[in-house]
Amino acid sequence: MAFKEDHELHKRRFGRNLGLGLVLIGFVALVYGITVVKVGELYKPAAEASE
Amino acid sequence: MSDASFDTSCDTREAEFGDYFALLKPRVMSLVVFTALVGLAVAPVGVHPLIAFASILFIAVGGGASGALNMWWDADIDRLMKRTQSRPIPSGKVSEGEALSLGVILSFFACVMLALAANIMAGALLAFTIFFYVVIYTMWLKRWTPQNIVIGGAAGAFPPMIGWAVATGGVSIESILMFALTFAWTPPHFWALALFTKGDYANAGVPMMTVTHGRKATRAHILGYSLVLALVAIALGVTSIGGPTYMVVAVVLNAMFIKGAWDVFRRNDDASEADKHKAERGLFKLSLAYLFLHYGALLIEAGLKPYGLGGWG
Repeated sequence: MAFKEDHELHKRRFGRNLGLGLVLIGFVALVYGITVVKVGELYKPAAEASE
Repeated sequence: MSDASFDTSCDTREAEFGDYFALLKPRVMSLVVFTALVGLAVAPVGVHPLIAFASILFIAVGGGASGALNMWWDADIDRLMKRTQSRPIPSGKVSEGEALSLGVILSFFACVMLALAANIMAGALLAFTIFFYVVIYTMWLKRWTPQNIVIGGAAGAFPPMIGWAVATGGVSIESILMFALTFAWTPPHFWALALFTKGDYANAGVPMMTVTHGRKATRAHILGYSLVLALVAIALGVTSIGGPTYMVVAVVLNAMFIKGAWDVFRRNDDASEADKHKAERGLFKLSLAYLFLHYGALLIEAGLKPYGLGGWG
């Protein structure tokens, strides 16, 4: 008998993996953004003082 | 493997991504997000939009994690009550162990990330909120005292304080009064609902005021908390985040709320049954608008300030 690769179970697992993947990508982007803001704030007082 | 046959049937109850999301109680999360956002927006210190977004997200994740831990602990009674039987654990889609793991991991994740993105005080307040909701409310007091709604309300009242702490790094009279507003609002809101719904908490062994003290005492408690609520709402109006717009909203809404609570207090169950709980339903509906409009008015005051219009000048 043929093993169905596109069984409903596989679709459900794919959906779960896709969801988790998107969450992780979003998290990485968020941490990157926070880092940029935090580092920017570190240098802000110095930049303002030199103006 | 000549005569071996594969069983292609599968466990149709295996969880989807949405089932794990449902563990985080998205509806409760929306209230957490709104009140935390107001707490952050009305604070006198500006926050970078990305830090504000990330902080609200981590507060929401923390709130969701405590929801997952609540569902893990309460799985036994969720199976007994119709309203909760379709939740991920009672329906068999997510195991209790998975819910526990998800709740614990997301709790640590949310608190640490909030402390890193905003400040230690905000992270610590979020950690305390999760501890309070899961340990003090869910594990300890929910099944022990009919004041469970009051205790649970405290946990739901912390988000605006956390939002305020994200911006200011501390606690002040304004944030304490925002906490008190949601805290005093919760009992009349839920008890009004309990008066016109036939809940099955009693079957599950959860003591509810309507069952343990009777419906008459519940009506008196609603009126009592409504008076306390009005005091808190007006007091919030004279702080630095209040103003004329907020005060008009607060006076009108609290007059309506006390009138509604008085109507509920004055009548007995026979009168209530006769008009299909009109007063109780009315008070419950008003309570939904009440909280939204109070926080909305605080937002308006904050929004007007840059133009020299908000606040008490």
